[in-house]
Amino acid sequence: MILNIIGTWLAATLTLAIFSFLYKDNPFYKLAEHIYVGVSAGFWVIYVWAFDIKPMLIDRFLTTTGIEKWILLIPAILGVLMLTRWFPKTAWISRIPLSFTIGIGAGLGVTASIQGFLIPQIGATLLPLTTINNILLVIGVISTIIYFYFSKEFKGTWKFFSRLGIIFIMIAFGASFGYTVMARISLLIGRIYFLLHNFLNIIP
Amino acid sequence: MIRTQLPLIITFFTGMLLIVTFFIPHKPFGDLEQRFLIWYSIISGFTVLLGLDSLVKYHLTKLKKEFNIHSFILLFSLFLTLILGFYSWFKFKTPFALNSPFMYLYTYVIIPLQATMFALLAFFIASAAYRAFRARTFEATLLLIAATIVMLGRVPIGSYIWKGIASFISTIFPKIPYEELAKKEIFALISDWIMNIPQNAAKRGIFIGTALGGIAMSIRIILGIERTYITK
Repeated sequence: MILNIIGTWLAATLTLAIFSFLYKDNPFYKLAEHIYVGVSAGFWVIYVWAFDIKPMLIDRFLTTTGIEKWILLIPAILGVLMLTRWFPKTAWISRIPLSFTIGIGAGLGVTASIQGFLIPQIGATLLPLTTINNILLVIGVISTIIYFYFSKEFKGTWKFFSRLGIIFIMIAFGASFGYTVMARISLLIGRIYFLLHNFLNIIP
Repeated sequence: MIRTQLPLIITFFTGMLLIVTFFIPHKPFGDLEQRFLIWYSIISGFTVLLGLDSLVKYHLTKLKKEFNIHSFILLFSLFLTLILGFYSWFKFKTPFALNSPFMYLYTYVIIPLQATMFALLAFFIASAAYRAFRARTFEATLLLIAATIVMLGRVPIGSYIWKGIASFISTIFPKIPYEELAKKEIFALISDWIMNIPQNAAKRGIFIGTALGGIAMSIRIILGIERTYITK
C-alpha cells in the first residue's frame, strides 16, 4: 500500500515536471526528460535481452541438440563481432554482421514486400466498378500513384490525374492528422484523469 | 579489399539466398527465412549494447569535464533500471513479473513519463494545426475540412453539434422529423467514409509506391550498387 502511494506521488511529480514545459523549458522538465532517457534505455536493454537473446539464443542453445544447437553459434559470433566497433583497429570486422543483417533486410525487402504488401494491396484495389465508392477507391489509388510518378511531364490527362491525386492525398493527410490529434488528446485526458483521480482524488 | 568486398559478398549472398528460398518451400530452404529472422533478432540484441555504450560514454565524458546534474541523473536512472531489471530477473525468474521492482519502475516511472511526453504533443499539434489549417489554398482547405470532420466524428461534441443542426433543419422544414434526423450521426458517418474511401485510397497508393521503392532499393543493395552502409 505504502509503495503504491509512493509510486503515485512519483508518477504525479514526473507528470507535472513534464507538463511544466508548457510554461517554458525549465530545470524540472530537463530533469524528468533525462530520467526518461535513462530509464527507457535501461528498459530496452532488459527487454531485448529478455525477449530476444535469452529465448532465442541462450534457452535454445541449452535445450536443443545436434546441429540445431551448434548452428546457433553463428548468430552469437556475428553478434559478438558487432561489438568490435568498440576497438578502432578491429572496427571494420563489424561490417560482417552488419552486411549480414542488411542482406536479410534487403532479401526480405524484395520477397516480403511483394508477398505481404504489394500483391495484397493491389488485390484489394482490383474491385468491381459497380459502386461509386469502389470507383472512387480505384481512381484514388491510381491518381495517388500518378502524383508520385516523376518520370513523365505533368501535361494533359496526366496533369489532371496528378491534380486528383493531390486532392486524395490532402484528404488522407487531413484525416490522419485528425486521427493523431484525437489520439494525443485521449492521452492528455488520461494524464489529467490520473492527476485528478489517482493523485488528488478530487474526481471519482 | 577484404574490408570492402567481403561485406558486399555477404550482403549479396544473404539477400539472394532469401529471394531464392522464397521459391523453394522445402527443407532446408523452407524455414530459412524464419531462421534468418531469429538470427537478425539475436544480432540486433547485441547492437543494443553498442547504443548503451555510446550513451554512457557521451554522458561520462560530459561528467568528467564538469559536474552536470542532468548527465548524472541520466546515468543514475539508467543503471538503477538495469540493476532493478537484473535483480528482478534473478529473483522472479523474469524481469516482467507483476510484483517485481522492475515492473514497479515501469508502472510508476516509464508509463507516466511516456504517456505525458506524448500527451504534451497534443498542445504542440494544436499549434501546428493552426499553421497548417489556415485555409490559404485549396489543398489546405481540404486538409482542414477532412481533419475537422474526422475529429468531430469521433467525439461526443460532434454528436451534439449534429443534433443542433438537425433541430435547425426540422424547424425550417417541419416535415422532416427531428428524432430521425438526429439519429443519423452525420459527422460519424462522413468521418467513417473519409477513413474508408479517400483516406484508404491515398494510403494504398502511397503504400504501393513505397513498396515499389523498397523493392528497388533492396535490389540495389543486394547488387552492391547502394553501399553507403560500408562506412570507414
